[in-house]
Amino acid sequence: MTATLRLARTTGSGVRDQRRLLAGLLVLGVVLVAVFLLSITMGSRAITLGTVWDSLLRPGSGSVAQTVVREIRVPRTLLGVLVGAALGLSGTILQGVTRNPLADPGIMGINSGAAAAIVASVMLFGAGGLSTYVWFSFLGAGAAMLAVYSIASFGREGATPVKLALAGAAVTAGLSSVTSTIVITHSDALNELRMWQVGSLAGRYLPVFWQVLPFIAVGCAVALFSGRALNGLALGEDIAVALGQHVVRTRLVMFATVAVLCGAATAACGPITFVGLVVPHLARLLCGPDYRWILAYAAVLTPVVLLGADILGRVVLANGELQVGVVLGVLGAPVFIALVRSRNLVKL
Amino acid sequence: MSTQTLSPPPQAPPVGTRAADVRRARRRLGLLVTTGLGLLALALLVLTMMVGSYGLTPWEVVASLAHQSQDPATDFIVRGLRLPVAATGLAAGIALGVSGAIFQKLLNNPLASPDFVGVSSGASLAAVASIVLFNASSVAISGSALIGALVSATLVYVLAFRGGLSGYRFILVGIGVSELMLSLVGYIVARAELFEARQAMTWLVGSVGQAGPGQLWALIVALVVLLPVAILLERPLRSLELGDDTARALGTRVELHRLALIAVSVVLIAFATAAVGPVLFVALVAGPLARRLLGPAGGHVLAAGFVGASLLLSSDLIAANAFSSPLPTGLVTGAVGAPYLVWLLVTANRQGLGG
Repeated sequence: MTATLRLARTTGSGVRDQRRLLAGLLVLGVVLVAVFLLSITMGSRAITLGTVWDSLLRPGSGSVAQTVVREIRVPRTLLGVLVGAALGLSGTILQGVTRNPLADPGIMGINSGAAAAIVASVMLFGAGGLSTYVWFSFLGAGAAMLAVYSIASFGREGATPVKLALAGAAVTAGLSSVTSTIVITHSDALNELRMWQVGSLAGRYLPVFWQVLPFIAVGCAVALFSGRALNGLALGEDIAVALGQHVVRTRLVMFATVAVLCGAATAACGPITFVGLVVPHLARLLCGPDYRWILAYAAVLTPVVLLGADILGRVVLANGELQVGVVLGVLGAPVFIALVRSRNLVKL
Repeated sequence: MSTQTLSPPPQAPPVGTRAADVRRARRRLGLLVTTGLGLLALALLVLTMMVGSYGLTPWEVVASLAHQSQDPATDFIVRGLRLPVAATGLAAGIALGVSGAIFQKLLNNPLASPDFVGVSSGASLAAVASIVLFNASSVAISGSALIGALVSATLVYVLAFRGGLSGYRFILVGIGVSELMLSLVGYIVARAELFEARQAMTWLVGSVGQAGPGQLWALIVALVVLLPVAILLERPLRSLELGDDTARALGTRVELHRLALIAVSVVLIAFATAAVGPVLFVALVAGPLARRLLGPAGGHVLAAGFVGASLLLSSDLIAANAFSSPLPTGLVTGAVGAPYLVWLLVTANRQGLGG
């Protein structure tokens, strides 16, 4: 189905098509704003839009509802948008660079790298909160990704989906035994880890947002301008070289971008699996094979999905809430399995 | 590393020797290596019972096991305290090794360990849920781990089945299911009190010492029933390795035999995981190691079992004695297994066996 879709796109692309894609993007933008507002108003305490408006315009007044909006709901939602964009873009880039439809920060072991690094930092420097461990998270994410990708690309046929997934699972297993060694011998590391691990947007508000904002902003900027390079790589390494690309340099820049985006997102919200895998496919279905559009769509669509999952997690339990990572893990796995089962897995 | 790339047999036969001779020589070699590995596992079993805060000589251990010892204190230490742990190590190691070797051959991928494709994670989810949510006893934890592993394996099999089973789909679906289970494990651990979270994490690492007598007997019964089946199924396994079409031509009933093999290895690993927890890497490493030792000789599955037992027993020996306080076995297998794994990944992919 995707093949015919792609054929239609490549033959029929033109100004009208561009306009249609732009309109689609605008619609998605409106949806994002709607989900954003929904995320501010919904929760254990329902808040009307009027109160939201008041609390943002008149910061002096101090009713409980207004404090909730300013201190909790808005920062949490902003963080969700930021992390969503980061995960969606890094998933798209990973799929484009590895030309692998199943590349995902979770599957590729990036999360476990970040987890191991965070636990190690707690062991070495004590539980210092995000400010110390965001750097470790970058380091761990980058190292794990590099390890998984280089292990998987040994051999003639390069990094196939199965090799990448197995290398990811294996590196995850290795790293998780490091993590558990530390966790079993250091209680405070366990406490830090298990709260971080479920990928919760709860309890991490404004300071976290400001801390990861610069990294994710730079990463997103680089990512959004990488469409042309990814289009070149999608044609195959030889053609990309013939088109005048520095393939090795492009790959390095792309991997560094993914490490920064994933590292920051993972440090802020814990390991969130599947969303970086599924949304780029969704975006590809909507807008065809041009990576410039896929990136733009993924950057808007992933926050929508992430915030949606976060809202779902808030309302689905009678008391307490389900963390966003758990919701996405449960919802994402069936989509992943459907992708695997589909007779012709999208060729990238 | 694969049996297709035959290295020359140890005594290169003169030109014109009949294939039967070569085969006989190989069988003899296989028997020799397997016996050697079995003896190694037994030696480690005795060694495990000798070492501890109260050291014993091998003769004391053997005498006590044979009910010939005159000293009740020695009897208590050997038969009461150390034998259950050592026997669990032996049985779980054999089960893990056999199960891993079957999976790897069946899915034709040296990395396709049952650790990664959803069996262990199903057991983990069920066990952690019963620890945290129901405050279950040790037997109940093992029971739910057993059920979790079986349910999760069935789920993977059903989801990966599509007019036949391909190793490719099985692995990927397994990894997907595994991610799902592990995200739920993370959720449960986060909800728990710190004490229960620690208990859950310790279970998740896996330790030979945590099995009670009930788990040990269940595991032994499973092994006694399924090990002969696994050895009998070795021939269809070898023909399945040549590809479905060739296997069919050789008279193997492909789907039936594959289902039987998967069932045997899943049940074995489920019982082992229920008894000792999801000990990483033993199932992954045993098969390739045994294959390396055996070369082209047959009898691979049993040899892998003995390698698994030796690995688990020696890891537990280190974990229980080398540190100031005893650690869970899984930490040692992880520390030994992780670097080996990287090496295995690189060589397997270089030879184009990675998938």
